[in-house]
Amino acid sequence: MNPPSAMTPTKNRSAARRSRWIAEVGWKYPVAVIIIVYAVFPLLYVLSAAVDPRGSLAGSSDLFSAFAVENFAALSDTRFWTWVANTLVIGGATALGAVMMGAAAAYAFSRYRFRGRRVGLTALLIIQMFPQTVAFVAIFLMLLAIGEVVPALGINSKIALICVYLGGALGANTFLMYGFFNSIPVEIDESAKIDGASHAQIFWRLILPLVTPVLAVVALLAFVSAFGDFILARIVLTSEENWTLAVGMYQWVSNQLTSRWGLFAAGTVVASIPVLVLFLMLQRYIVGGLTQGSVKG
Amino acid sequence: MATDDDRLPDSGRHESHARGWRGFGWGFMVKLVIMAVVNALGLTVILTAYRTESWVILGASIALLLVADIVYFTKRALPLKYLLPGLTFLFVFQIFTLGYTGYVAFTNYGTGHAGSMEQAVEAALIQDERRLPDSPSYPLAVVEQAGEIGFAINADDTVLVGTELSPFEPVRGAEVDGSGTPVEVPGWEVVPRASVLSDQELQATVVGLRVPFDLDEGGGSVRTREGTTGVVYTSSLEWSPEERTITDTETGVVYEASDRGNFVASDGSRLATGWYVGVGFENFVRAFTDATLAAPLLEVALWTFAFAVLTVASSFGLGLLFAMIYNDPRVRGRRLLRTLFILPYAFPAFMSALLWRGMLNSEFGVVNDLFFFGADINWLGDPWLARLAVLWVNLWLSYPYWFLVCTGALQALSGETLEAATVDGAGRWRRFRSIVLPLLLVSTAPLAIASFAFNFNNFTIIYMLTGGGPAFLGSSSGLGSTDILISAIYNISGVAGGVADYGLASALSIIVFVVIGIISALAFRQTRKLEEVQ
Repeated sequence: MNPPSAMTPTKNRSAARRSRWIAEVGWKYPVAVIIIVYAVFPLLYVLSAAVDPRGSLAGSSDLFSAFAVENFAALSDTRFWTWVANTLVIGGATALGAVMMGAAAAYAFSRYRFRGRRVGLTALLIIQMFPQTVAFVAIFLMLLAIGEVVPALGINSKIALICVYLGGALGANTFLMYGFFNSIPVEIDESAKIDGASHAQIFWRLILPLVTPVLAVVALLAFVSAFGDFILARIVLTSEENWTLAVGMYQWVSNQLTSRWGLFAAGTVVASIPVLVLFLMLQRYIVGGLTQGSVKG
Repeated sequence: MATDDDRLPDSGRHESHARGWRGFGWGFMVKLVIMAVVNALGLTVILTAYRTESWVILGASIALLLVADIVYFTKRALPLKYLLPGLTFLFVFQIFTLGYTGYVAFTNYGTGHAGSMEQAVEAALIQDERRLPDSPSYPLAVVEQAGEIGFAINADDTVLVGTELSPFEPVRGAEVDGSGTPVEVPGWEVVPRASVLSDQELQATVVGLRVPFDLDEGGGSVRTREGTTGVVYTSSLEWSPEERTITDTETGVVYEASDRGNFVASDGSRLATGWYVGVGFENFVRAFTDATLAAPLLEVALWTFAFAVLTVASSFGLGLLFAMIYNDPRVRGRRLLRTLFILPYAFPAFMSALLWRGMLNSEFGVVNDLFFFGADINWLGDPWLARLAVLWVNLWLSYPYWFLVCTGALQALSGETLEAATVDGAGRWRRFRSIVLPLLLVSTAPLAIASFAFNFNNFTIIYMLTGGGPAFLGSSSGLGSTDILISAIYNISGVAGGVADYGLASALSIIVFVVIGIISALAFRQTRKLEEVQ
């Protein structure tokens, strides 16, 4: 007749398990909430500011107190969409060029044995340590000089900016791709060669389709770095209709921070969503690529 | 099937060439078209470079075009066919600019010293041009040709036409009206006076336009104030190439070319325009000893190191901590958690910096309003708070990267080693310190170095968030508490306007290159050691 004493061990055991669960796993959920607040709050805030019809920084702290699309509509009165187009053109051309030149170089380094191959690889490794941006003064002066001869490649030309970005392409991407190219068996090339394929056919028809994942990663990285570059875009593109998003939106915020806040927020939402989606979709490749490339290099 | 001339059969030795010939494939045609375009463009550049006397560009473009033609039309040099496009861009836009930075660092290139001596003379004479009391004036009409604005003047019954770059030349068959103003100029469209008056932009162009009489210095020019009368402007300066002097014919003062790139008179006065000359190590010496520059630059350099080290350490630490906490199969919804955790990384960095700039605004910012109960904390205006803010924002931006990297590295660790350690009685902390961390560092150290180098030059976040400010008190250097070296270089260089000092800016760039080079070399040696430990 002593039911409690019979119950106690089980109760104790489940209580003990429960407290052990809290100590080892359970506490991780509240901590996750804190991290998520840290990570996501600024993004929620910018979304709220984007749909706030008052459009100024003052009062933007009342999150989601109103909803209107005025800020988005107001974007058309500015050069925002021109900047979007410029950014897409510059980023797209840079990505395409970086992929093609990087793939070609990686193919040569991976498949041919030639004099200067090792030296070339080492030189690339060293050169990529010195970021192009630090030499921006020289880039500026050089474009001034080139512009005297070929205006299409001088200051305030989008083509010139693309060329400058492509100058950094080989150093940044060759190693990433080189590792990937090496993982494709040479026997494939050799059997194709025996069947009479030329080196160009092997490159375009055989190898490139096999390395598509790394091409996608390099394209994305090149696009994102062109998208996010400010210093080179700022000094090369001088007139407003040639600006990229980074230059234009900086101008909005730095000139009249408080009054153009809604505009900035709306622009941010519009421009960041595609990048965000693309990034999350490809996150596995990107992280894999990042770790692999630099460790192997 | 042949896509390239390189694969014409080798059997040509045994049979006649004609039999081995199978015609050009479409691949070859594509190559031919591309090379034709490249050659056309290249030749255009070469001719223009020759005309404008840009010898460096001329030499470089001839060399590049020759190399391209040789590489793509020979059967040998296979690897080069694949490397050349990338190498070209690499050489011109990276290696050359590195070298050019080194060159500019040893000159006084900048405001007042831009360009060559000839350009300086030309600029000096143009700047000195003025309207003299007895200057002749002519009836004038504004003319246009393919968007280019020029002047047509009636100089003693001869109509002359010229633009900014092409000096006045007589035209035949022009008609003038009763007052002598040209009304019809063959090949040119006369802009009606009314549109000159009504179009603000055109008016500004016309008032600012200077049409020279001849391209040599000192020939004088025609300018107009209202678009109907052209007045001759002449310079009282006279250039003597042999003696390398400029003489002011009015005052008789003689300016001599100095070895500092200026025209200096005997009384010490100098002309505003100069040219750039080599100054040896002066720029480097100035960076370390100049009274207004040395102290701020030292502070900037220290902060650059602190910023880069603290950013990498804090984001690595936080990322590793999160990775260790959530690399736990017992936690549910890890995929969702991970996606939410890395959102800041997927958000474009420059937008993040601008966004935080608004959020940290002391008056209206959401950070003060929501998290500090409306306090008036001047996050970006106080030197130490601004530094804290920069680190905080950069932590927000970069911890997700380390979270991803460390999660990957942790999952790659072998469970056996850890089990063995547990069996041997190693505690949680001991296992972390002696096994997990060393193994983790092997795979992540190169990334940490790369991240350090990246943040060392992380211009975007500094410039977008604080602009380098708040400015140092009582310093005329124009630098601020959160400036890192590259943003300081940006300010000093003046590429964005203001007084330019390309020489000093390049010298500082060289210092940054050297620092990065040393750190990378040391760090990679250290990485080797770590690998040996493994």
